Amino acid sequence: MDVGCTNLSCQRGGITVLDGVSFRVPAGGVLALRGPNGIGKTTLLRTLAGLQPAASGEVTPSPRDMAYASHADGVKAALSVTETLEFWARIHGSTDIAPALAAFDLERLAERRAGTLSAGQRRRLGLARLMLTGREIWLLDEPTVSLDAASVALFAGAVQHHLSEGGTAIIATHVDLGLDAAMLDLAPFRARPSAGTSEFDEAFL
Amino acid sequence: MRALLLRDLSLSVRAGGGFGLALAFFLIVVALVPFAVGPATSTLSLIAPGILWLGALLACLLSLDRILALDWEDGSLDLLATAPIPMEGVAAVKALAHWVTTGLPLTLAAPALGVLLNLAPEGFLWLTLSLAVGTPALSAIGTFGAALTVGVRRGGLLLSLIVLPLYVPVLILGSEVARRGAAGMETGTALALLGALTLGSLAAMPFAAAAAIRINLR
Repeated sequence: MDVGCTNLSCQRGGITVLDGVSFRVPAGGVLALRGPNGIGKTTLLRTLAGLQPAASGEVTPSPRDMAYASHADGVKAALSVTETLEFWARIHGSTDIAPALAAFDLERLAERRAGTLSAGQRRRLGLARLMLTGREIWLLDEPTVSLDAASVALFAGAVQHHLSEGGTAIIATHVDLGLDAAMLDLAPFRARPSAGTSEFDEAFL
Repeated sequence: MRALLLRDLSLSVRAGGGFGLALAFFLIVVALVPFAVGPATSTLSLIAPGILWLGALLACLLSLDRILALDWEDGSLDLLATAPIPMEGVAAVKALAHWVTTGLPLTLAAPALGVLLNLAPEGFLWLTLSLAVGTPALSAIGTFGAALTVGVRRGGLLLSLIVLPLYVPVLILGSEVARRGAAGMETGTALALLGALTLGSLAAMPFAAAAAIRINLR
């Protein structure tokens, strides 16, 4: 499925950080977001995912077709790996968690409690959740943090498989995943400091 | 949504989940009151309905900030917000899970603790009934309070300040039902008003909580 936005402005904490962002990624394509810290990569992804409204501009398709993976994995320490994946599978209406376990090499850890996993293993568990969402567009925020080289390769393989089935991915990353990714540098879209504050906050000030 | 309810319930009974916290607090408060007030049985049975209701309310308040704060901290709330279930449903399920882990055990434990306070024999039925009818409102209102303070670290104080005024009508009517029942008086009006309060908050609070969560996730 195609994904794109036109003339999108994003706000964070009531301040416009990105202005006039436009891009289009065709089905089966992958877009890597680049730019210095604080430029608004996370804000852009959250806006695309529908977690916050766009200040202006348009996003297609609707957030209902997108799966978002944030910095935090949303993993509960008290649940086992299997329980975590089964929970997200039921939430998203899918049933079989075996492919997700296999794709991220989690089979040996299936009965382990998530609280006892290492940071990289927990990250893999968080990413395995994406395969259960059944959604065509993946929005990934620094997915390779705390992954070792082998896990990065596993992850790149999972993304490749997703793309081969007609999916699309937008990835904020500084690591070369070996994918045929289009680059989008966000630095030119940095909003001018004077550009508008949120009316929502003004009501309280 | 049933998956979410089951997950929340199983999380609450596992290590660090906080199930039993409210119940233990309720037990401690009620067990200590006779020591503080003195052993005069007439005094105790006079204040028993009020103490039991107050204890239940404070015990409920104690666990409110866990409803959403834990999910917010580990990022699950973001993922639930992008999941194909409506945020209103998430808020309602969170309130239900909170009630099952606090309101329901409190209701079931209250008659046993009534003995400690020499509650009049006629009052046991009405105490249990008033708690069964009233505690769902406490959970629903509490979820709304938790939603308003979800982005605030250590927001427990703020949460209490927001929620307590909203709890006052429930406390007044709930303890009135228990007090009137214990005294052998007619309880219909107070019970009907308490029921109305619960139904009203069950209907409105998930929507208010969902709106507050959406704003706090921005």
